[in-house]
Amino acid sequence: MTDEHRSVRTQSWGVGVAVGAYGLGFGALAVANGFSVAQAMVLSIFVFTGASQFALVGVVGAGGAAASGAVAALALGSRNAFYGLRLAPLLKVRGWRRLSAAQLTIDESTAVAISQPTGQLARTGFWTTGIAVFICWNVATVAGALAVDQVSDPKVIGLDAAVGAAFLALLWPQLSTAVTRAVAAAAATLALVLTPLLPPGIPVLAAAAVALVVAWPEPPHHVTQQPRSPDVSHE
Amino acid sequence: MNELWAAIAAVAVGGYALKASGYFIPQRVLERPRVTRIALLTPVALLAALTAVQVFGDGERLVLDARAAGLAYAVVALLLRAPFLVVVVGAAAVAALVRLIAG
Repeated sequence: MTDEHRSVRTQSWGVGVAVGAYGLGFGALAVANGFSVAQAMVLSIFVFTGASQFALVGVVGAGGAAASGAVAALALGSRNAFYGLRLAPLLKVRGWRRLSAAQLTIDESTAVAISQPTGQLARTGFWTTGIAVFICWNVATVAGALAVDQVSDPKVIGLDAAVGAAFLALLWPQLSTAVTRAVAAAAATLALVLTPLLPPGIPVLAAAAVALVVAWPEPPHHVTQQPRSPDVSHE
Repeated sequence: MNELWAAIAAVAVGGYALKASGYFIPQRVLERPRVTRIALLTPVALLAALTAVQVFGDGERLVLDARAAGLAYAVVALLLRAPFLVVVVGAAAVAALVRLIAG
C-alpha cells in the first residue's frame, strides 16, 4: 500500500467517525419521534442516506402521514442518482459490485472519491469511505436509539427541538448562494402558511414546488449549473 | 405501526433504486440542465420547509414555544461553525432549559 493510499484511508475513516455523530442524532430522534429501535436500525442499514432518514422521522414525528414522510425522503434521496452518474466512469464497476457500489453512494463517499487525483485513489476513497460511514452510521444509530429508548418523555430533554436544529444543520452548507437562500426562505414561508390549511406532512411536500418553479425556466445566456458538490462533513 | 413499516420499506426500495439509477440510466437523461437544477434546489426547499414546520408547527396549528429558542441557538451555533452534535444537543438543552424556567 502506497503512502497516498494510506492517507486516503485515514481520511476516509476520519469522515466515517465524523458522520457517526449524525448517526447518534438519527437514532435518538427516530425513537423520540415514535419509531422503534428496530425501525431505526432497518432505516440506517437499508436506506442509508442521512437526510432522507431524518425527513421520514421528522414528518411522522410532526404528525404527518407515513406516506408523506416517504415522499419527502425519496425526494431528498434523488441527489444520490446524480452521484452515481458522476461515480460510474470513475469506479468502473461491473456486475454485482455495481449493486454494492450503489448502496454506498452517498454524500461522503462521493465527495472523497471525486476529490482524488487518480482513478485508483478515487476507488480506494469511495470504497473505504462508504464502508467506514456504513459501519459508524449503523453502530451510532443503535447507540442513539437505545439511549433515548430509556427516556420516558423526550420533550423534557428538548429532543423535539433537536429535530429542527438537525434539519437546519443539514441545510446550512447549501445556503451559500442568493438563489438557494431565496428558495429556502420561500419554501419555509410557504410551508408555514399552509400548515393550518392542510393535513400534517403535506405542507412540506407542497413547499418543494418552490424548487420546481425556480428550476424549471431555462436561464438566459445558457448558464448551466452543476449539481452541488457533496459536502464531506454533512450527510 | 404497519403503515410505518410500509413507509420504511418504500423508502428503502425507492432510495436504493435512486442510488442505482445513476449507474444504470443513460447519462444524457440525468445530464439535462433542468434536471440538474431541480436536483440542486429540491433538497434546499424540502430541508427549509422541514425546519420551519418542525419548529413552529403543532399538528395543524402554528405555535411559538421553547423549540423556537432551540432554533435561535442553532442559528448562532452554525454561524460559529459548531460541529453537528454541538448544534443539535445544544438546541435540545436550550429548549429543555426554557421549559424548566417557564414551568
